[in-house]
Amino acid sequence: MDWMAWTLPTALFFGAIATILAGMTVWELRSPCIERKGFLPISTTRGDRLFIGLLGSAYLHLLVVGTTDWSVWIASVLSLFWLFAVMRWG
Amino acid sequence: MKVQNNKAWWLVLPVFLLVAFSAIVPMMTVVNYSVQDIFDHSTRYFVGVDWYKQVLQDTRLHDSLLRQFIFSGCVLLIEIPLGIAIALCMPTKGRMASLVLIVMAIPLLIPWNVVGTIWQIFGRADIGLMGWTLNELGIAYNYASDTGDAWVTVLIMDVWHWTSLVALLCYSGLRAIPDVYYQAARIDRASAWAVFRHIQLPKLKSVLLIAVMLRFMDSFMIYTEPFVLTGGGPGNATTFLSQTLTQMAIGQFDLGPAAAFSLVYFLIILLVSWLFYTAMTHNDKTR
Amino acid sequence: MTLRKKVVLGLYVLFLLVPIYWLLNMSFKSNTEILGGLSMWPRSFTLANYKVIFTDPSWYEGYLNSLYYVTLNTLISLTVALPAAYAFSRYRFLGDKHLFFWLLTNRMAPPAVFLLPFFQLYSSIGLFDTHIAVALAHCLFNVPLAVWILEGFMSGVPKEIDETAYIDGYSFPKFFVKIFIPLIGSGIGVTAFFCFMFSWVELLLARTLTSVNAKPIAAVMTRTVSASGIDWGVLAAAGVLTILPGMLVIWFVRNHVAKGFALGRV
Repeated sequence: MDWMAWTLPTALFFGAIATILAGMTVWELRSPCIERKGFLPISTTRGDRLFIGLLGSAYLHLLVVGTTDWSVWIASVLSLFWLFAVMRWG
Repeated sequence: MKVQNNKAWWLVLPVFLLVAFSAIVPMMTVVNYSVQDIFDHSTRYFVGVDWYKQVLQDTRLHDSLLRQFIFSGCVLLIEIPLGIAIALCMPTKGRMASLVLIVMAIPLLIPWNVVGTIWQIFGRADIGLMGWTLNELGIAYNYASDTGDAWVTVLIMDVWHWTSLVALLCYSGLRAIPDVYYQAARIDRASAWAVFRHIQLPKLKSVLLIAVMLRFMDSFMIYTEPFVLTGGGPGNATTFLSQTLTQMAIGQFDLGPAAAFSLVYFLIILLVSWLFYTAMTHNDKTR
Repeated sequence: MTLRKKVVLGLYVLFLLVPIYWLLNMSFKSNTEILGGLSMWPRSFTLANYKVIFTDPSWYEGYLNSLYYVTLNTLISLTVALPAAYAFSRYRFLGDKHLFFWLLTNRMAPPAVFLLPFFQLYSSIGLFDTHIAVALAHCLFNVPLAVWILEGFMSGVPKEIDETAYIDGYSFPKFFVKIFIPLIGSGIGVTAFFCFMFSWVELLLARTLTSVNAKPIAAVMTRTVSASGIDWGVLAAAGVLTILPGMLVIWFVRNHVAKGFALGRV
């Protein structure tokens, strides 16, 4: 495993992703979700919204890092809001 | 209607494990590389998002990204209409149909570096038929020194290589149209264009989206053919994204920036492909 | 078929074949003739270039290596993709759509990026420079493709066939092997063709994961070319020989491919 060059932040990142996926699975088993239409132009399931939220967050980070001098944490906070908005109203 | 059955996971499990092994471990490694400055096996420092900042503001990468989009755009604009046209011309039955299918599949089955070699030879003015003919006709053509010629050659090579795939996909889509539709059109005395516009094109939609998606992904990742043909030259004129990346990762051993850049690269392809895929499945649903 | 269609098709086929003819033409010439001037066909026909390849083990072993891992990859891909495609075509299950899309995304990762991690991954499990390593690595893009194509064909088979078989007392494995697989023969033919094709033409991963024992022909070609100038004749002959296996495969599956394409979904 040494060649994979792990660092604590990336380990936490992948841990978080894995936890979210596991959580989504349990949630889906407990109460299966129904496709619905929110502010996004297509009707989505919970999983779709998670994917859109994460992809959007990734691009938001790139935007902040690439075009501004802000700390990357600002992007992360903004992403959390975006993720929440998409999951709730998307 | 499909039945809800979570036991189906057992059937999918081998595929999942096999692909996960080859996909997730390297992907994680690339993410790990992208946040560190790596000198050798044991000397590495965490640098946060510095590499991302660097590659996102690197003009060399902007240039090759722009070239890449222009190239992929040209590829789609030429190959998709041409592929449809060829598919419409293909015979539908008999021995000719098999023969044409086989001939058209040949370019697809040639290793990519050999494709590069074929065109490298074919385009040369001294030993290649195309280069020689063009020069004899009085057109100064040299793909190794002229930017325009290099671009045209790479594009023609890609058209030669991949149009057949589009044509074969469209051909399969056309075969799926029941004869009844054509009979109805004949009764209405519809023109060939009307048949194409109102019967064939709508039926081709889903197959075309597959073709567009495959051609976009593959042309966006093109590496071997232009590398063999022009080596990215003259200058940087035909250095596409993959090649810039490989120069960084292997040529200069800048693992961190290369990894950061490749994740950006992956995100671009992921977004575009997701848009295509959503359009495609959405299309399926409404049908 | 109208005349105009014939002309368009004829021109296209000509466009496809002329560069290949040129390669074939060169492979039968000596280097002095190639560099001496342009000729439409070999003036002094020679098989010397082919002799070089068939007598030198480093050349012909390259072909055997490539064929070996490509066959292995096609077999693995088909074996794992068949049940998975069945699951996707017949059932809804937790996360099925996302899994399907995730499989497709593996076709999108630029291979140039993953070369180093791949190299280290396969070195660390002791598979570096083996045929199985290349076969497994190529599964990354071939398995998703195989699932995708097979799913299309399987969706075309009416569900009633499955139900009747279960009522007749067939177990799932028996039904799958005895009844279902023969029904989608053309689909399997087309899939095998695509797996063979993408594994055969790929060079980057194959070259990175091998050094001596499993080195693919494409890598042998690039190295020999850069060694002492360019030996155009041998290069052309080697190129011609890399086209042949593909043509053989397509000749064997031609009826399946024609039928498979005619079924309307690829």
